[in-house]
Amino acid sequence: MTTVVATSGLSPQPTMTSDEALVEAHRCLMCWDAPCTRACPTSIDVPGFIKRIATNDLVGSARTILESNLLGGSCARVCPTEVLCAGACVLNDLHERPIDIGRLQAYATDDVVFGGFELFTPAPSTGFSIGVIGGGPAGLSCAGELAKLGHSAVVYEASEHAGGLNTYGVANYKMDLPTSLAEVDFIEGLGVEIRTGVAVGSDLGIDELMEQHDALFVGVGLGSVPLIGLEGEDLAGSEDALEFIADVRRSGCDMTGQTVAVIGGGNTSIDAATQAAMSGADHVYLIYRRGRNDMRAYPHDIERALTNGVEFMHWAVPVRIEGDDRVKAIVCQRTLPNDDGWPELVDGTEFRIPVDRVLRATGQEKRTSWFSMLPGVETDKGGRVVVNDSYRTANGRIWAGGDCVNGGKEVVNAVAHGKAAAFDIDETLRTAAAGK
Amino acid sequence: MADLSVNIAGIDSPNPFWLASAPPTNTGDQIARAFDAGWGGAVWKTLGEPIENTYSRYSSVDINGQRMMGLNNIELITDRTLEDNLIEIAEVKRRYPDNAVIVSLMVESNPEAWDTIIKQVEQAGADGIELNFGCPHGMSERGMGAAVGQVPEYTCDITTWAVSSATVPVFVKLTPNITDIRAASRAALKGGADAVSLINTINSITGVDLDTMVPRPVVGDKSSHGGYCGPAVKPIALHMVSQIAADPETDGLPISGIGGIATWQDAAEYILLGATTVQVCTAVMHYGYRIVEGMIEGLSNYLDSKGMASVNELRGLSVGKVTDWAHLDINYVIKANIDQDKCIGCGLCYISCQDGAHQAIGAERSGDRTRVWIIEDACVGCNLCSLVCPVQGCITMQERDYGQTHMTWVEYTGDEPPGELYPRPKHGLTIGG
Repeated sequence: MTTVVATSGLSPQPTMTSDEALVEAHRCLMCWDAPCTRACPTSIDVPGFIKRIATNDLVGSARTILESNLLGGSCARVCPTEVLCAGACVLNDLHERPIDIGRLQAYATDDVVFGGFELFTPAPSTGFSIGVIGGGPAGLSCAGELAKLGHSAVVYEASEHAGGLNTYGVANYKMDLPTSLAEVDFIEGLGVEIRTGVAVGSDLGIDELMEQHDALFVGVGLGSVPLIGLEGEDLAGSEDALEFIADVRRSGCDMTGQTVAVIGGGNTSIDAATQAAMSGADHVYLIYRRGRNDMRAYPHDIERALTNGVEFMHWAVPVRIEGDDRVKAIVCQRTLPNDDGWPELVDGTEFRIPVDRVLRATGQEKRTSWFSMLPGVETDKGGRVVVNDSYRTANGRIWAGGDCVNGGKEVVNAVAHGKAAAFDIDETLRTAAAGK
Repeated sequence: MADLSVNIAGIDSPNPFWLASAPPTNTGDQIARAFDAGWGGAVWKTLGEPIENTYSRYSSVDINGQRMMGLNNIELITDRTLEDNLIEIAEVKRRYPDNAVIVSLMVESNPEAWDTIIKQVEQAGADGIELNFGCPHGMSERGMGAAVGQVPEYTCDITTWAVSSATVPVFVKLTPNITDIRAASRAALKGGADAVSLINTINSITGVDLDTMVPRPVVGDKSSHGGYCGPAVKPIALHMVSQIAADPETDGLPISGIGGIATWQDAAEYILLGATTVQVCTAVMHYGYRIVEGMIEGLSNYLDSKGMASVNELRGLSVGKVTDWAHLDINYVIKANIDQDKCIGCGLCYISCQDGAHQAIGAERSGDRTRVWIIEDACVGCNLCSLVCPVQGCITMQERDYGQTHMTWVEYTGDEPPGELYPRPKHGLTIGG
């Protein structure tokens, strides 16, 4: 009898062995003007770091990655490489498996990021101080780059730990909590000061920050997933999918015997559904009002959800949640696309699915009201902060990046924003100082 | 199925695939298993006064994850007693009368020593003997092996002794650690050799342990140069084989080719350049005797595809196709061509041509891909792009007929050139001074 070792979906894929890494590294063709590098929002020199692995220069490999992307360790795990670097790999066109760039990147960076290896020497102190609001990927990237350039960078993080979605919102099967926290330590090791449990706006005023720092970078991300407005949504067992993921990360989760419904067709929905399935749920439904091809979730993540037994219910929307004190069932109604392709409810098609939990993943809300505190900072109609090409807001002393600017994309996009903003802050402060 | 049987210097072999004198032919048991697997012949690991070996004997060169592209050894001749070997030779010949058993020999340089051992191995049933004048390490320090092979006079003298003692054919195994291999093959023929075997291993140091800084293979805190073999040496060996095959002074001298042979293609190349049999070592040390099955079948299928009934028809067909540079047609023009449907956009042809050749390939970003094209006027037809391209058949070299006259360098520089030199791309001053 085969013994199945249950990991409850709590452990990510193990890091490559050196044998695996060498075989994979040798497969890389070392393209000129490599498409993988072009596909990376942080422009990591992918062939460069891979060939350093091939020659056993892991320090050089890590440096190549981290020089472009200080959060290379987490990006190695949470990036949708299938649609970025690995998706651009020319081996796809040879009908071969693309290079496993994500796992090679994890292999190359782990010793440095998690081993306390000092790779970068900060430039001499400039005397400038920058306040970074939000300790997620955008803020950490910005603060780390600023520290490397010799600036004093202070991160203000409202939660108990920095790391943002890397710490609280990534499904465990992609990256575990210790990995994210180790990366936060690595950023701190660059000379960044991180103050956690400080909510800017309530614990600390913007005016105060503006006085203390020469510039501010805002990377506050998005808010929680708001209530949909369903009857019964306040029942126990009905929750924000991101909260569910955060709970799993904090304290693990045994969902044995439970039936779960996840509402939404994006990446958070897929993550929550897959995580629930991997955590032992009896049955997981993913309820989405439109079809498979309309989902915003990545195809490879959809594939993984299906492989883990998630049942997709397309062209259906929840109309109410039933139960006494806890969720007992979710009642849905069928939809059909109208002439414009948008889903419309079909009368008389209600159906009821007994479930124990309902997780809503229907989109995080924007922090529009929070931004109204920042003098001169504008948001667009979608609630996103308006910035120029260098991620500076309409307030010349405030920069912003990450999900609050792009409405919610990948960690690597946030890292790219933070890096670009850091370079512009650096140049702006130096230029201003020189002009005095 | 084509007939693979050959006869070299009077010795019949069911196929041209022999095992070279080396660890795979150290014992009778090994050779028996090799013959069972299909090997046509074997050259017994060199007999002589048994030696003592060091621990740690081999080291290798890996290329991009491919193991043992080159193998280096500091192992000496047999460490087993002559008596044991002779018993096993007799037993192997009794059980495998149709397979060729050649015995490699190396003794000190006096006629009596050679006469004694030759008589012993002939009595045991050897079909031929191979004089090991090639071993480049250890034995050469004792005045044997390459110490003999590097001096044509010694080669000739000792071959003369051996031939006068032997009744079976005498092969002389040549060292490549010499400026012109033909001096050695001519000396062997002069001494009466019936055939030559080449190449023996090349003097080498495969690398250095970067922690201890001791070269490999490490013996305690030191190393010693060894003999290099395996796929890496094949081109060197093929050149030497072709030189001997084309040498009028050794016309008709049978050749047993050695050096990096691992596949039927390798064997076919040796045979095309004049070898009658081929000897294999490294590939067997890597994968075992079983590789001969694919070699036999592959060579046979190849001969069938060429309409040849016997491997003998293949021998030497490429010898005349090797000439001096001065006799090449300098008006032969080829240009690279990229099959855009096959191109995957890796850009290696562009960067190799740009930095490593003649700046004859253009590249630009085309969406998320790289598009490359040949700049025909600048292309010198060097082949480099087609060599680096990872896609089979994507970059091909295509002949261009501009009506130019066939003309060699000799003709071009002669009194009456047959035509004009076809104009070729030039690279003038490229940076200002």
